Amino acid sequence: MSIILSTRNVIKRFGGLVAVNSFEIEVKENSISSVIGPNGAGKTTFFNCITGFYTPTEGEIIFDGDHHIEGLRPDQVTLKGLSRTYQNIRLFSKMTAIENILVGQHKHFKTHWLEAIFKTKGFIKEEEEALEEAIRLLNFVGLSGLGDQVAHNLPYGAQRRLEIARALASKPKLLLLDEPTAGMNPNESIELMHFIRRLRDEVGITVLLIEHDMKVVMGISEEIWVMDFGQKIAEGTPHDIQTNPKVIEAYLGSGAASGLNLGKGE
Amino acid sequence: MNKSITIKDIISKGLIAGVVILSLNVIGFITLLGERELITGWFSLGHVFLVATPMAVAYFTTKNMDYESKAKPIGVGFVIGAVSAIPSIILVFLETNTDLRQFLANVSPALTEFLTFGQGVVAGSFILLLFFAVMSALASFVGLLDKKIQHPLVTGVAWVLGIATFSEVLLIRIRDTFGRGVAKFIFEGETLNPIIALFIFLVAAGITLWWDQKGDGIKVTFAGFSPQKKKQLSKGRSLILMVVILFLPLLLGSYLTEVTNNVGIYILMGLGLNIVVGFAGLLDLGYVAFFAIGAYVMGVLTSEGALGLDIGFTFWTALPVAVLTAILFGIILGVPVLGMRGDYLAIVTLGFGEIIRVLAVSDVFKGTLGGAQGILQIPKPEFFGIRLVQPEQLYYVVLGGVLLAVFIATRLRDSRLGRQWMAMREDEDVAEAMGMNLVATKLMAFATGAAFSGLAGAIFASKLTSIFPHSFNLIISINVLALIIVGGVGSIPGVFAGALILVGLPELLREFAEFRMLIYGVLLIVMMLYKPEGFLPDERRKRESSTDEELSLAEN
Ligand SMILES: Nc1ncnc2c1ncn2[C@@H]1O[C@H](COP(=O)(O)OP(=O)(O)OP(=O)(O)O)[C@@H](O)[C@H]1O
Ligand SMILES: [Mg+2]
Repeated sequence: MSIILSTRNVIKRFGGLVAVNSFEIEVKENSISSVIGPNGAGKTTFFNCITGFYTPTEGEIIFDGDHHIEGLRPDQVTLKGLSRTYQNIRLFSKMTAIENILVGQHKHFKTHWLEAIFKTKGFIKEEEEALEEAIRLLNFVGLSGLGDQVAHNLPYGAQRRLEIARALASKPKLLLLDEPTAGMNPNESIELMHFIRRLRDEVGITVLLIEHDMKVVMGISEEIWVMDFGQKIAEGTPHDIQTNPKVIEAYLGSGAASGLNLGKGE
Repeated sequence: MNKSITIKDIISKGLIAGVVILSLNVIGFITLLGERELITGWFSLGHVFLVATPMAVAYFTTKNMDYESKAKPIGVGFVIGAVSAIPSIILVFLETNTDLRQFLANVSPALTEFLTFGQGVVAGSFILLLFFAVMSALASFVGLLDKKIQHPLVTGVAWVLGIATFSEVLLIRIRDTFGRGVAKFIFEGETLNPIIALFIFLVAAGITLWWDQKGDGIKVTFAGFSPQKKKQLSKGRSLILMVVILFLPLLLGSYLTEVTNNVGIYILMGLGLNIVVGFAGLLDLGYVAFFAIGAYVMGVLTSEGALGLDIGFTFWTALPVAVLTAILFGIILGVPVLGMRGDYLAIVTLGFGEIIRVLAVSDVFKGTLGGAQGILQIPKPEFFGIRLVQPEQLYYVVLGGVLLAVFIATRLRDSRLGRQWMAMREDEDVAEAMGMNLVATKLMAFATGAAFSGLAGAIFASKLTSIFPHSFNLIISINVLALIIVGGVGSIPGVFAGALILVGLPELLREFAEFRMLIYGVLLIVMMLYKPEGFLPDERRKRESSTDEELSLAEN
């Protein structure tokens, strides 16, 4: 299986703080994999480096063959076929659900603003197709009928799903999900887990997630990297990770997750 | 919901109302409006503003009050009114016994005369107290009435006050249409004949009463119409609107058309700034710069005076040049500036607006832009050999500009570009992560805004026939921004509402001109508190359900 994303020696410093320290991963095409780690480990910062929100202080990020994406702007990264969601939902909150998805489709629009002013046939056709696709995505994430709701009026779980729909709208090759189940109840989490699997199996998108819910992580990941203080302390299959003493220590040592069940129960 | 009210509450509310009136007195607002009689021999606009505050306070205090008998809320209203008169009475006593004018220029014998109804200090103060108390009690009483009676009553009073307030303008219209005799009968001098006032009240109240009873039925039938019929009706409505817009100058007459034209210029600017601030969320405080550029380009290219280039430009050929120059400056300014966010952008654009004005005044460009003397003898537009001199003719030039701007703004709003702007306004980082180039997107907003403003400036120059640098100061930018906020940020109909309220009304109510900033301030605060989304906020378009509807129609 080929590698869709690999990071080499990625370092991100904030003044004296090294938030990401030579973090290296290789994401296999058409896989589901996770980055886990205690709070403040640097996971989100790592995602931000990949998606162009931050420029890594050092290191290389290679995407889809041999494209170097380190230091590109977020829009350029998206055009290459990467897409993401956010730990704290960041929808366009005053726009409707459909409009959010339409904005997500941005890179597939071809017509010019002049065509919009004159409402040319091409423009109308493109808008209609985009709307159709947006409604299809809305249904796909299970939000049919909620398209005209303003995003911030949607229930929490629906907002998380809408954010995924918006990310899918750009038809990415690789989808990065930052704690997609945060704030969901156990049932919703399980449902989302199945949804992520469907995404990979039916749509063929590679998924990389950051996740705290060990049930979800261990349940769907094929490969896991563990981060602590910006460094990679372990990698491997869920089974490897569950039995790795360093991982257990990192979680227990951080205090935040004492007594955490690393999903062995499943 | 129902609250019991303590004596302390009543007194403190009365005093708050009293202090508001006191400040209106002290700044000279009341005296000025006191000269403006509304109904002959009865009362003036000053009286209305004087008593409006305690009446409003009394009304809202007693509206949801518990009471055993109606006497209680009415009594509370009475006390609030009486208490609210006290600060003004103290002011009257101070004024008659000391000379306050060196501190407070407007506390004059004229004010005392007005506040005491010309009845001397003691008797007058007593009358003032009673006037406030009775009117406030009346407000409380109205608050107790059944909606069925209250609504027609209030509507009737509002119509009378409205017509009386705008008497100056209406008088001219009526005189021109029905002759001097009729005008003189309705408005004696410039104030409303009491009998006519009563008649207006009865008609307005009567119609409201009738509508309240029958109207629901009509609304129900309307809701029951089929979609096709509804469509026809709304088509009919737009047709009527179009005819009205087309023949508006005939309806309004010269003076009002002139006012409308000025409002139109502001609407044009508002539509442009609405794209920049409302759609794209870029706070541009130097928007007047593009207005100035448009005006100066028009001036330099077409002026028949000493400064005119005299190279054969007419209004119509100079117009696109003015717009393109504004766009060019928009881009020149935009490229370095649009990387900045929020506050920085506001400050830099503020500076840009000032720079353009300072350059226009400066000696450096005196040879081309005329310095402080400006550019004179700019010809009015010509249309197939007819020089458009009258406001009624110029109206159509302004209308053309506004329609074009509305058309472009609407089309862009409903396109991908419009969605990009809104996304950027909501969350710039995430918008960028959707794959859009932020600088290009912002530049489009800036350039479109500049184009509309440049167009407005060019029309303005030709309409006025002379331009001076001081016409392009910061206050214009602020006015345009304020009208967008009042109308509803990001709403196209809101621009019209905002311009009518903030530009149209003050032109009709000359008395208010001096206090324009005060009224802006109060209006904006009230807006922020009670209607933060503006008078005519933007409504999100329904997309999902609209296609559902079309689908279901297609299935039938
Ligand atoms: N822009 C920034 N400037 C300075 N420090 C930052 C910045 N962003 C993150 N950090 C720091 O980097 C470290 C890693 O933060 P990060 O948000 O990546 O952690 P995380 O692993 O996502 O944690 P969590 O599980 O709580 O989301 C933290 O100490 C954080 O304070
Ligand atoms: Mg995080």
